Amino acid sequence: MANKIPRVPVREQDPAVRATNFQEVCLGYSLEEATLEASRCLNCKNPRCIAACPVGIQIPSFIEALKSGDVKGAAEIIAKDSSLPSICGRVCPQESQCEGSCILGIKGESVAIGKLERYVGDWRLNNPQPTELPAKNGRRVAIVGSGPAGLACASDLAKLGYDVTVFEALHEIGGVLVYGIPEFRLPKKGVVAKEIESVRSLGVKFETDVIVGRTVTIDSLMDEEGFDAVFIGSGAGLPRFMGIEGENLNGVLSANEFLTRANLMRAYDEQYDTPIYVGQRVVVVGGGNVAMDAVRTAKRLGAEATIVYRRSEAELPARVEEVHHAKEEGIEFRMLTNPTHVIGDEKGWVKGINCLKMELGEPDASGRRSPIEVAGSDFEIECDVVIMALGTSPNPLIAATTDNLETSRRGCIVADEAGRTTRPGVFAGGDAVTGAATVILAMGAGRKAAAAIDEYLQNK
Amino acid sequence: MVEILDRQLLAEGIWQTKVLAPRIAKSAKPGQFLIVRADEKGERIPLTIADYDAAEGSVTMVTQAMGVSTRKIVAKGAGDHFADVAGPLGRPSDFVAEPLEELRGKRFIFVAGGVGTAPVYPQVKWLKEHGVEADVIIGAKTKDMLIYTEQMKSVASNLYIATDDGSEGFHGLVTALLEKLITEEGKQYDCCVAIGPMIMMKFVTLTAKKFELPCIVSLNALMVDGTGMCGACRVTVGGKTKFTCVDGPEFDAYQVDFDEAMRRQGMYRTQEQRALAIAKERAEGHKCNIGLDK
Repeated sequence: MANKIPRVPVREQDPAVRATNFQEVCLGYSLEEATLEASRCLNCKNPRCIAACPVGIQIPSFIEALKSGDVKGAAEIIAKDSSLPSICGRVCPQESQCEGSCILGIKGESVAIGKLERYVGDWRLNNPQPTELPAKNGRRVAIVGSGPAGLACASDLAKLGYDVTVFEALHEIGGVLVYGIPEFRLPKKGVVAKEIESVRSLGVKFETDVIVGRTVTIDSLMDEEGFDAVFIGSGAGLPRFMGIEGENLNGVLSANEFLTRANLMRAYDEQYDTPIYVGQRVVVVGGGNVAMDAVRTAKRLGAEATIVYRRSEAELPARVEEVHHAKEEGIEFRMLTNPTHVIGDEKGWVKGINCLKMELGEPDASGRRSPIEVAGSDFEIECDVVIMALGTSPNPLIAATTDNLETSRRGCIVADEAGRTTRPGVFAGGDAVTGAATVILAMGAGRKAAAAIDEYLQNK
Repeated sequence: MVEILDRQLLAEGIWQTKVLAPRIAKSAKPGQFLIVRADEKGERIPLTIADYDAAEGSVTMVTQAMGVSTRKIVAKGAGDHFADVAGPLGRPSDFVAEPLEELRGKRFIFVAGGVGTAPVYPQVKWLKEHGVEADVIIGAKTKDMLIYTEQMKSVASNLYIATDDGSEGFHGLVTALLEKLITEEGKQYDCCVAIGPMIMMKFVTLTAKKFELPCIVSLNALMVDGTGMCGACRVTVGGKTKFTCVDGPEFDAYQVDFDEAMRRQGMYRTQEQRALAIAKERAEGHKCNIGLDK
C-alpha cells in the first residue's frame, strides 16, 4: 500500500556552482531514495501513466519491482518497451506524459517516474546484462543516422539476428544526443557512450563520416553494398531562422551551431580547438528545450543570458524542469517579446536586438493563445550574440538523392505507423518523419520500424 | 581514422595531402569539398577536393597552413592518420549536369588564385575528359607561391600565369590579365569560374560583369558540420540567405554579397588568432594577451 510521504526530492548541483560548470545538474536518486519514492506509487488498476507514455512502458510494474529492491527486474520490465531508459529518464517531458497523468498529481505531487526510470536505466548501464543473441540470419540492414531512432532500430534488429550497420554523418555516434543536448543535462561519457556501447555489444557496426546522399546513396547501399533493407533515422537537423533584418550579422547564429560547437566539438573544454563566442550578453530567441539548452550553455560560458519568447510563460514548449533550472541559474526571461530586427555596429557585429511587446489573443491552430503585437512598443535589448532557437526541419539530402521516396510539403519523409516509406525495403522513423519531436517518440518509431523490417525481410 | 597515402610541399605553407577514402573517391565530382578533422580534439575544417581517383580509392586535398587546425592538417605525413575525412560535400559544379552537346559549345575561363588553384584542377580535368575547352589563369603573389601549374598545363587549353611581382608570367593581378585577354587578345568566353580568396573573387566578378561574362564563384565560408545543420556558412545570394555547404559552394557570382561573406569569414578571427598565438607561445615560451577582451 502506498504511503503518504511527499515526493522524494532529487539531489542537484547548487545553482550558483553549476552555472559555471558543464557537469550534470541532476545527481539522481540513491537506491534508498529510489525505493522510497517507488513506495509512493499506488499501483492503480487503470494505470493512466502507461497510456500517457508514448511507448507504453509498464510503469507500475517496474516501480513495483523497484519498491522491493529488485532493480534488475525493473530493468527487464522497462527493456520490453524502451531501449534508452537512462536517456529518456533524463530528457522526456514527463510532466506532460507519465507524470502528468499520475493520480497522485491531482491533489499532490506525482510519482517521480522519470527519476525512477533514470535510476533503473543507469543501474542497467553500470551492470550490463549478457544478452543471448540468436545466430546471424545473413540479412543485412543499413541504418541511416545514429540518434535515438537509429540506435533503437539497430538494437532490436541485432537481437533478431540481423547484420546491422549504422551510418553516421558526423564524426561521433549519437546524433542529437551528442551534438544537441548538453553535457549538463545528458552526460556523454557516463550515459550516451555507455548506451551506444551496449548497442555495439549486440554486434551492431558503426561507421562515422558517411553522409547518406553524398558519400553513398540509399541506392548504392542496397544495390552495390548488399543491404537488404534500410532504415532512415536522419532526424531533423536543419535550423530555421526568422528571416528578419540583420540576421546575417556577425554574432547571430543558430542554436544548432552554438550547441554543436559546445557539445559535439567541446568548445567549453580548453583542450579542444573549437572556437566559440558569447561576448558579454547573449539573447536566445525561442522557448523550447533547445532554447533552454542554448541559454544555459551561454551562461556557463560566462555571458549574461536572456530568453526572448513571443508568448507567455504558460506557453513555453520547454520541459518545466528545464525552465525551472534555467531560472535557478539566473537566466533572464523576457516573455511576450518578439524580435523585429537585429542591430549591428559599423563593423557588422551584433550590438542589440530590437523587439516588440506582445499580448495574447485568441487560441491559434496549436491551441495556444496567439501573440499579437502591441503597436509602438519597440524597444532594444543590448547584446553581443543572438542565438536563434526556432525549431528545425529534416535535412532534404536523402530525399533529394533517392528516387520514389515521397516527402511531405514540410520536407518530412512519408511513412506509415510501422515506418514503411513509399519505397519497398526503405523504412523511416523519428524526426525525419514527424519533424522535430522527442527522443522517446523517435526511439519508439525506431523499434516499430525494426519489427516492420523483420516482417518485410521474413516475407521477402 | 583515415590513412594518409602521400604528402607534398607545393609552396611555402601549402601542402598537398592524399588520403585513402574509397567511398569519397568514387562519389566525388568537380566542385565538391571535404570536411577534415586532424585529430580527436581538432576542428572540422572544410577543404576543397583537389583530385580524386576511384581506382586507387584516393582523394587529394591542398591545405594552406593558416591557423591551429590547418597547421595540424599539414603536419601529418604519409602513414599518419586523420581522425576524420567526410564528403564529398556540397553540390557538384553545374556543368557536370549540363548536356554535353551544349557544354562542348561553351568556352570556359577559370581564374584561380593562390590555394584556390587546387579545386580548379578537377573541374578543368573533368571538362577536358569530356571534350570541353577551358582556359585557365593562375595567380599568385610571386613565382614561388604558384601551385598546380604542371597539372593544369596538362588539362587546360591555354594556361596563363599572373604574379603580383611579375616574377613569372603577367605582371599584375588576375583581373588585369583577364581583361587583357578579352580586350587585347580577342579571347571570347561564355563562362568564367573564379576560385580563390574572397577579395579576388569579388573583383573577378566585377571584371566579368564589365564584359557581361557569366561568372561562378566557389565560396569558402566558415562551417561546422558541412551538411546543412549549423548555418555558420550563411551567405546572401540574390537577396536570399543560402547555406554554402548544401546550396553551394558554387554560386552565381553576380548575386553574391561578397562584403557580407568576407565579414562573416572573420567571425572567429579573434579566437583563431589567440589560439594560434597560444600554440606559438607553447612552442616559444612567451605570454599572449591577444583576444582577452573578447
